[in-house]
Amino acid sequence: MLDALLSSWGLPLWAVTTIRALVYLLGVLAFVFLNAIYLIYLERKISAYMQQRLGPNRVGPRGIFQSVADAIKLLCKEDIIPREADKWVFLVAPIVIFIPAIMVYAIIPFGPGMIAADLNIGVFYFLAVASTTTIAILMGGWAGNNKYSLLGAMRTVAQMVSYEIPLVFSILGVVMLVGSLKTSDIVAAQKEIWFILLQPVAFLIYFIAATAEVNRGPFDLVEGEQEIIAGPFTEFTAMRYALFYLSEYTNLLSVSALAVTLFLGGWQGPWLPPWLWFIIKVYIMILLFMWVRWTFPRIRIDHLLQFNWKFLLPLSLVNILGTGIGIKVYQALMTGGW
Amino acid sequence: MGSTLTLVAFWILFVLVVASALAVVLLRNIVHSALYLVLSFVGVAGIYILLEAEFLAAVQILVYVGAVSVLLIFGVMLTRRGNIRQSNLFNAFSLAAGVVSLALCVLIILALARTPASLPLGSWPVDTVGALAEAFLGPFVVPFEVAAILLLVGIVGAILIAREVKEDK
Repeated sequence: MLDALLSSWGLPLWAVTTIRALVYLLGVLAFVFLNAIYLIYLERKISAYMQQRLGPNRVGPRGIFQSVADAIKLLCKEDIIPREADKWVFLVAPIVIFIPAIMVYAIIPFGPGMIAADLNIGVFYFLAVASTTTIAILMGGWAGNNKYSLLGAMRTVAQMVSYEIPLVFSILGVVMLVGSLKTSDIVAAQKEIWFILLQPVAFLIYFIAATAEVNRGPFDLVEGEQEIIAGPFTEFTAMRYALFYLSEYTNLLSVSALAVTLFLGGWQGPWLPPWLWFIIKVYIMILLFMWVRWTFPRIRIDHLLQFNWKFLLPLSLVNILGTGIGIKVYQALMTGGW
Repeated sequence: MGSTLTLVAFWILFVLVVASALAVVLLRNIVHSALYLVLSFVGVAGIYILLEAEFLAAVQILVYVGAVSVLLIFGVMLTRRGNIRQSNLFNAFSLAAGVVSLALCVLIILALARTPASLPLGSWPVDTVGALAEAFLGPFVVPFEVAAILLLVGIVGAILIAREVKEDK
């Protein structure tokens, strides 16, 4: 539609392509920023509710403008660079962390046809791009020249690289059922039945591994504030700190969106418009993540890794095997006819 | 998409890959070198995308950028010496190294020049993932399984080393 409109203005093909890409990017950015600002407010309200506090309630009705005020405050603050810091790495790290956080939205289907790039390798692209977040956190932790930052960065590597494996394997179960990595195909395949019913174990593994991937409680060892202040983000101030904070919520939003796409039928649902269904499901996932964060205490790093390698990984392998056998048995039943 | 756009993208990626590869060698700070190596890997992934090998590009990002280079940077950070700014030094053999590199360069160029650079005729497979999977589990199943065994040996070795360190303590 947009293509046809732009072409009718007599623009060459490359200009049309570029403008379309920019429009998609702006759309994603607007979606992400608005949601992240709201999510920060939501998280503070929910944590307050769970801890029997009031939470933000001064700025605007029910404190709804608190995050906006915080954002403005962070924008106006002085940007401090430690004297002993590795200056360029320090300056670049917050930008690097934000690039993959935004890039993964390219393959999220927000509704029928509402997808920026329906890639052949869809889900795999998401995993590949998301895996680069580790580097940005490592850069941030190293550049600050602070022992707490470095400790946090090392935890990141141990945690994120390990939990990536069960995450990938849990998604593999869904991919085996669909026979395609395209996110649009995966959503279309869930017209009859959502994959959370066919792959409940995979969904649980995905949920746990995703919590670890986005460094949220009870797996928030990367920035466990009682032990290592704010981990890799300790030395950052003002807008640079805000970028780290923002990317955390951007990642929360994207793993929730992927969970909805893979397991909860994507934008499919009766009566309401598809995009509304999508947003409702995403927020259900996010509320689940927040519920877990404010319910469970943080676990120790060695328990965390043991849980991953000795429980999650074997379980995800068994799930793949079971899915494979299940698919074959189903096919035999359908063709054998008994 | 227009071929000019592809060409522009190719030259940008070319400059990115070569410049960051040079930075890996020439920079004095070894952590910076490692980070430029990551940038170089990303550029190579970009070139794969230009060649319409999206799956390979994603593997490049996932394996090299997401895992290998992270371990590399991690290793570099753990072996931190007193002065990190002078950690990637030059030694006295720059002349000999130059001769060897030049010889290697000439060899590669010769090999490239003698390879017939013809594109396979016919249509490309649209779905590269499926074609790759069928190739792995069909005609190339033996090399694929051998690589898997190699990885398994590597994993078992790593576990053994970790265990021994623990018992010594």
